[in-house]
Amino acid sequence: MSDETVSATAITELPSREGFFKPHRIVLIVIALLVVFCAVWFMRWDWVPRYAGRLAYGVGVTLLMLVSTSVLGFLLALPIGLVQVTGPWPLRMLARGFCTTIRGTPLLLQLWLLYYGLGSLFPQFPEIRNSFLWPYLREAWPYGVAALTISFAAYEGEVMRGAFAGVPRGELEAARAFGMSRLTVFRRIWLPRAVHRALPTLNGEMVLQLKATPLVATITVIDVYAIISKVRQETYITYEPLLLLALIYLCLTAVLVVAFRWFENRIPTRGA
Amino acid sequence: MTERAEAIAVRGLRKRFGPLEVLKGVSLTAREGDVIAIIGGSGSGKSTFLRCINMLELPSAGSVAIHGETISMKPDGHGGQTPADRRQVQRIRSRLGMVFQSFNLWQHMTILQNVIEAPVHVLGLSKGEAVERAEGLLRRVGLFEKRDAYPAFLSGGQQQRAAIARALAIQPHVMLFDEPTSALDPELVGEVLGVIGDLAQEKRTMILVTHEMKFARNVASHVVFLADGMVEEEGPPDAIFDAPRSERLRKFISSIH
Repeated sequence: MSDETVSATAITELPSREGFFKPHRIVLIVIALLVVFCAVWFMRWDWVPRYAGRLAYGVGVTLLMLVSTSVLGFLLALPIGLVQVTGPWPLRMLARGFCTTIRGTPLLLQLWLLYYGLGSLFPQFPEIRNSFLWPYLREAWPYGVAALTISFAAYEGEVMRGAFAGVPRGELEAARAFGMSRLTVFRRIWLPRAVHRALPTLNGEMVLQLKATPLVATITVIDVYAIISKVRQETYITYEPLLLLALIYLCLTAVLVVAFRWFENRIPTRGA
Repeated sequence: MTERAEAIAVRGLRKRFGPLEVLKGVSLTAREGDVIAIIGGSGSGKSTFLRCINMLELPSAGSVAIHGETISMKPDGHGGQTPADRRQVQRIRSRLGMVFQSFNLWQHMTILQNVIEAPVHVLGLSKGEAVERAEGLLRRVGLFEKRDAYPAFLSGGQQQRAAIARALAIQPHVMLFDEPTSALDPELVGEVLGVIGDLAQEKRTMILVTHEMKFARNVASHVVFLADGMVEEEGPPDAIFDAPRSERLRKFISSIH
């Protein structure tokens, strides 16, 4: 992807401090304040303090799900991407098949197949029931983590395939010409170069991953979405909890975008 | 006068790409302090020849020896050959400083990081030592002020000078230049040739594939003219440029001027 494309697809441009207060921005800020005021004044928020602790817990679970599955998924994506570029054909076909299958089926379906399918098979084997893993396999969250990790690995495997293939051959050749072993070339040149190229895409993918996490609520994992559903059931209030939920996801997304932007800016690229 | 040691000895090098034989048995000896310019038209195989010396291209037949150590090869099962010992190749490569036509600086590293990369991660120098050496080299090529810049922010001439510093940083026995000025805008060629000329003055052993005939004539101690994958003619620069014997070389030289 060229630099122009990257800047064109960027989610937000962070404005400089001086240029922030422009007339149109002031109007927008006033409208936003008005909306917040109406929301606070005309809507019911008295339930928030009662659920604050549980909401914080839910946000924690969501974040834990997001970070753990993204990190694990990305680590899996590296070999999946790499073998598609340079691996022997059986591994290449395997990786390609994995990506196609996972990307071609809904995440919700994968989650249910794992939880209701595999999860209901496990208890029938005494070996599994007696193993040290059983206390975990009885819980719902390992299936959530597994499904989200697999899904992330498949999408990011494709991203990394492109990123690995996109590193200029000449730079790898230079690394070899200076006597680097294959491992050193990979560790010092190929991998960091590919990851840097892929960062803008990975940012978007991680935001998508964040918004895929509420699916785990369907298999009884209590994340922030599940807490909000509970609020709605118990208080019969519909809109306010959903608005708060939207706000929470928005804030988390903003944090992700800013964090990635910082990483991207560590290595400046010459752009338009 | 004692004979200077052989820095590079290539014997009967052949390279085949499928049905096309690009090199048809090229031999070349570079003694220490030699500056050998390889000239020839496009498609004559001169770049391929240079890339065979450090095994970036695998020669289909023939041998390459660096300082008397022959790179051991074994048959690859498809009629060609492949290095028998990857570690030997890596060790030998770390004594050859290669400069590429398209610079090939590592874009995710600053200039200084580019220059210390191989000394630290291949030769095992301490970082402090490598930085000290690198700063000296960057000063030499006039890029000390740019040491913390990323390659993308440098002009082509600056990038190529940085690439030369990177190659010098491993203290190579032999420098290999693969058309170092061909990707440069005309006004940037001079600064790079200046640096290479200085290296030649120091009696550094160098093999230089180039299109810059005037430059080849000025700095080279020996000129090799490749045509159709064979050495058509070789000799001291004056003989090659002033008194070409073969018809092809005569044509080539008159086509350049």
